[in-house]
Amino acid sequence: MQTKTASQLEHFGRALVDLGLIHEELVVLDPDVAASTKVTYFAERFPERFIRIGISEQDMIGVAAGLAASGKTPIACGFAMFVACRSWEQISSSVARPGLNVKIVGTHSGLSPSADGDSHQTYGDVAVMRVLPDMKLVVPADAPEAVEALKAIVDTPGPAYLRLARGETPVAYAEGCEFTLGRANVLREGSDASVIANGVMVPMALEAAGRLAGEGISVRVLDMHTVKPLDTDAIVKAAAETGAIVTAEEHSVIGGLGSAVAETLAEERPTPMERVGIMDRFGESSRSYTALMAKMGLTSDAIEEAVREAMKRRK
Amino acid sequence: MLRTINKNQVLILTNIPRVPASVTSVLRGISRRHKIPLSTLKRNAQILKEFNLISYGDPSNFAGVELTELGRFISNLTVGEEPTVHGNMVQTRSGFRPLGTVIKDLRKNVLRMIAEAGSGHLGASLSAVDILAILYMIKMKHDPKNPSWKDRDRFVLSKGHVAPALYAVLSEAGYISPDRLMTLREIGSQLQGHPDMEIPGVDASTGSLGQGLSIGVGMALASKMDGSGSRTYVLLGDGELNEGQVWEAALTAAHHGLDNLTAIVDRNGYQLTGRTAEIKAMDPLADKWRSFGWEAMEADGNDPASILDALNACDLTTGKPSVIIAITTKGKGISFMEGTKYSRKTPDAQELKRALKELT
Repeated sequence: MQTKTASQLEHFGRALVDLGLIHEELVVLDPDVAASTKVTYFAERFPERFIRIGISEQDMIGVAAGLAASGKTPIACGFAMFVACRSWEQISSSVARPGLNVKIVGTHSGLSPSADGDSHQTYGDVAVMRVLPDMKLVVPADAPEAVEALKAIVDTPGPAYLRLARGETPVAYAEGCEFTLGRANVLREGSDASVIANGVMVPMALEAAGRLAGEGISVRVLDMHTVKPLDTDAIVKAAAETGAIVTAEEHSVIGGLGSAVAETLAEERPTPMERVGIMDRFGESSRSYTALMAKMGLTSDAIEEAVREAMKRRK
Repeated sequence: MLRTINKNQVLILTNIPRVPASVTSVLRGISRRHKIPLSTLKRNAQILKEFNLISYGDPSNFAGVELTELGRFISNLTVGEEPTVHGNMVQTRSGFRPLGTVIKDLRKNVLRMIAEAGSGHLGASLSAVDILAILYMIKMKHDPKNPSWKDRDRFVLSKGHVAPALYAVLSEAGYISPDRLMTLREIGSQLQGHPDMEIPGVDASTGSLGQGLSIGVGMALASKMDGSGSRTYVLLGDGELNEGQVWEAALTAAHHGLDNLTAIVDRNGYQLTGRTAEIKAMDPLADKWRSFGWEAMEADGNDPASILDALNACDLTTGKPSVIIAITTKGKGISFMEGTKYSRKTPDAQELKRALKELT
């Protein structure tokens, strides 16, 4: 099967230029990875609003805080591991605490920098950003949704984290798709189980649901693009109507989407649940992203298997 | 001839940098800062040149503007006529009062607040009082009636643990009502243990050491982008300079030529567990900043005149940020507290009484 793919970063980079035309106060900060994160388009179009920081992400977050305090809308964009995890305390203290309008974009997230190895692969960023009060946190499924997510966080005052993947990833949406911050998209209706996924796991969840439908198992697929604020209504509704839940994320099963959904279900509607994600281990170098995803258990087959497991445990 | 010198000409004379700079950039700086049309300043500069008080080449060559010998003489005369800084009448919430009296009152309030709260960094707060007073009472362009005024000068207290001193000054300036000062560190009070932007007049939330200079860089960049004459001041502790982020920010500021940014290092020589020299030596400190591309100068950080001189000199620096190494004494102003012993100790009732008495 030939899957259509597109680059989230390419789309993001182009969208930044469009937003720059509308929002005069938009500025972009770069910790020396512009060519990789694709903020080069913005830099070419608006050189006076493009700020080189050099390889110093912690300083970048502080500079962004100062710019925001003076009325700018800074986009601080770098590799997820360094912009979100390395600079977490700066984000907490200088940005989140005063609620400044800084948009942090973490690229090369999850296993997507596969060849670089586990120094660059990031599976804890959602966990650490999620604990910051009032932080908006979005993990788009594909390139078109990344564009809509970017627009939404720029239009919403306050700190936000946008998590993007490196390279070409499968596409689930059409350009200009519907996107509301904090509201999950139901991409496929179903009554036997629900898969709650985000990021690159969304197209995989659709694939798994398609195969299961062939066996007469009806699976609902939710794109939980916003991890914070979490659409708890959609989670509880899925639990009530389908009785079995599977989460799927390109992140550690500790602290990410799976944890967030588990917390909601444990408190509001205990339901049989399985988590697909990185099982508390580090990654490794792989020339093929797909091969690494498979080795780490992030496949549509794994989702399919998890759906069967969750359904078995249903009373 | 002296009678022919007008206010604008005095302004130009006293603002000529010691290092030659292009006449247009110097005049543009004065124009922005004092809201005087550039054309007016150009006309007056021309007159000063004809009087042989300043010299500069015509626009086609790049000879910088400099004071002539006569110009320097007259410039010094003009500065010398200013009253002593200590006796300066400054605007406070209760009208104009001499700066020296205001500074004593600030120290009293810092002592009372920390005694009332039962904790706080007393020694460091007392060492920084004079610097904060000069900034808010004399130097900075700000308006307590309009704390979010876009073109105000900004202040970042990077050494956030001296918040009591900042709150005392903000109260004196009219941002915080005096009866709220004693709620420092109390649950539900706006006066957090470390500065919080929710407090009117506080430009940055700080407390985690090492982050304020980066924030200041962002503010100074925004000011440049907006063509605003606003300056940004950042007060750092000398122990705080152990943090690597300070030096990242120092590089960023120099790279972007932020001459609207001034850092002040409160060099009291002590950090939490001892002398800075014994924990992580920082000397030669001014040279370190210079090698990072900054204009660096030293001042007596407990002498208002010395601080003001240094701050004024920073205004003249073009093309790079400036830093003042302000030599201070921890616990300054209270004889039995000067030194380390009281730097983190909360004064008991007896000590508070003794300290307040020394300030009367």
